Amino acid sequence: MATKANRLEILKTYKLYIDGKFPRSESGRHYLVKSKNGNGIANACLASRKDLRDAIVAARKAQDAWAARSAYNRGQILYRIAEMLEGRKAQFMEEMIAQGYTVGQATNELQSSIDRLVHYAGWSDKYQAIFSAVNPVDSSHFNFSVPEAMGVVGILCEEKSALIGLVSLIAPAIVGGNTCVVLSSESKPLCASTFGEVLHASDVPAGVVNILTGSRAELIKTYASHMDVNALVFDASGESLKTIQSEAAANVKRCIHLMDDWSQAKSQSPYHIMNTQEIKTTWHPIGV
Amino acid sequence: MDKHTKTPYEDLTCVTVDQVGVEERVSRLTKRSIKKESKVWALKMALSMCDLTTLEGKDSPGKIRQLCNKAIRPHEDLDIPSVAAVCVYPSLVRLTKSHLKGTKIQVASVATAFPSGQSNRAIKLAETHWAVEEGADEIDMVISRGHFLAGEYAYVHDEIAAVKEACGKAHLKVILETGELSSLDQVRKASELAIRAGADFIKTSTGKVQPAATLPVTLVMLETIRDHFYATGKRIGMKPAGGISTAKNALQYLVMVNETLGSDWLSPSLFRFGASSLANDLLMQLIKEKTGRYQSIDYFSKD
Repeated sequence: MATKANRLEILKTYKLYIDGKFPRSESGRHYLVKSKNGNGIANACLASRKDLRDAIVAARKAQDAWAARSAYNRGQILYRIAEMLEGRKAQFMEEMIAQGYTVGQATNELQSSIDRLVHYAGWSDKYQAIFSAVNPVDSSHFNFSVPEAMGVVGILCEEKSALIGLVSLIAPAIVGGNTCVVLSSESKPLCASTFGEVLHASDVPAGVVNILTGSRAELIKTYASHMDVNALVFDASGESLKTIQSEAAANVKRCIHLMDDWSQAKSQSPYHIMNTQEIKTTWHPIGV
Repeated sequence: MDKHTKTPYEDLTCVTVDQVGVEERVSRLTKRSIKKESKVWALKMALSMCDLTTLEGKDSPGKIRQLCNKAIRPHEDLDIPSVAAVCVYPSLVRLTKSHLKGTKIQVASVATAFPSGQSNRAIKLAETHWAVEEGADEIDMVISRGHFLAGEYAYVHDEIAAVKEACGKAHLKVILETGELSSLDQVRKASELAIRAGADFIKTSTGKVQPAATLPVTLVMLETIRDHFYATGKRIGMKPAGGISTAKNALQYLVMVNETLGSDWLSPSLFRFGASSLANDLLMQLIKEKTGRYQSIDYFSKD
């Protein structure tokens, strides 16, 4: 029998989450995720452009039905994600610590992530009332404006956090009826992958959230140039910011450039939901 | 072949197809990788082989006009070819013909109580005559599957032959509706029967029954065409229809045609795709190859 000292641990390969399934990268590539002191702790899939494209196709396919759900139901599902995350705290703690968090940091980030989901779950059927308007017009029309989902949202997560940066961007996008294709932190991809498992067990329909792990430099141009991505939420600077802005122009993609410390309670608000909403105005004839 | 001309259906009962072998061959053929210039060439080829189809009760003159415009010029990009034909119900043939005047695009009309074929021969022939008089260049007929499955091959053969006669100069495509034929043996039999009875093209499906066109079924039909070519030197066309909606899938069909029948068949005169949504996916891939950007259906016309 192998003793503890000579047993060779198997490194788990963390997989992608596309269209409600957990495929490896179609390219067959993966990369080694390292701890702070340089030891390999797991393998993560190195997503290719083709994986990204597949994820976008899945997100597009799921979008209409997701937006057609009642706001209340989307809130219930977000709350369910929070419940499932709460139930799997231990695994997330372990992964964060392996990726360099202290116990205190990991506890804080996990708790804020769960609370953030509950926060946006609560907003699901309320933000519309706050951001809608009845507009006074000088004709016999009832004129009103309401927010509507933009469609497929690309999300490029910040590099420094394992979970909170991801949750803080996914939750406001999906609560408003968007579907999303997320690229996790490159150096801390484990929680992103595991979060996919949480979503999978939380009544989130296939394709609503798709999570990729891999190289941002490799995928950023495809994200920005893809005509079927309606908005891109990201944190970038320098050359990559330039690439995003110039490539996104082809289909006038909404570029939402966010740099925030997501661990703060103040970085959650219904305005984040509005980042990925369009205002639709209706002119309804009256008095004829 | 003398035997065939005397009793055109006698030897059909003993035909068998190796289903496992067919599936194996198909899975090999679908693994070919086509890149860059070859891909663009093949995508354009596939587009030029499309029969843009609308076969719905709600088809309107407006929809036909839109479809014809799309057939003539599928995209604003000038490098992109026209499609091969527009396929409609007989009542819309005249209108379709008028919109396509001066182009090389054919007007195909379904006939013979499409899609079920549940009617008598007189009515089927009358419908065929009518479609041809209205100006159809091609007739897509359905076989009587009930009779075929009951083993009444003579009935089916004579019906196809009669419709062929009614077509006059128009080309005849015979729809086997393979989704109702239950096995590849039956597909092989029906293909042989249709070819012997005078079909110019054999076609998989109406598009109204699932499963519609599949690669294994198409391979069996292509092999029948090949065997007929070896025996007689005559080239019969092939049209898979229904269920082919992606460019990737279309290219797999082209590979199969090329490897089964050779490059002679890589032409709209001998190979067609019956599809409504395939054209858009081909266009999206062509524009993607040109611009390097993955495309969105939002920027392509629906019909």
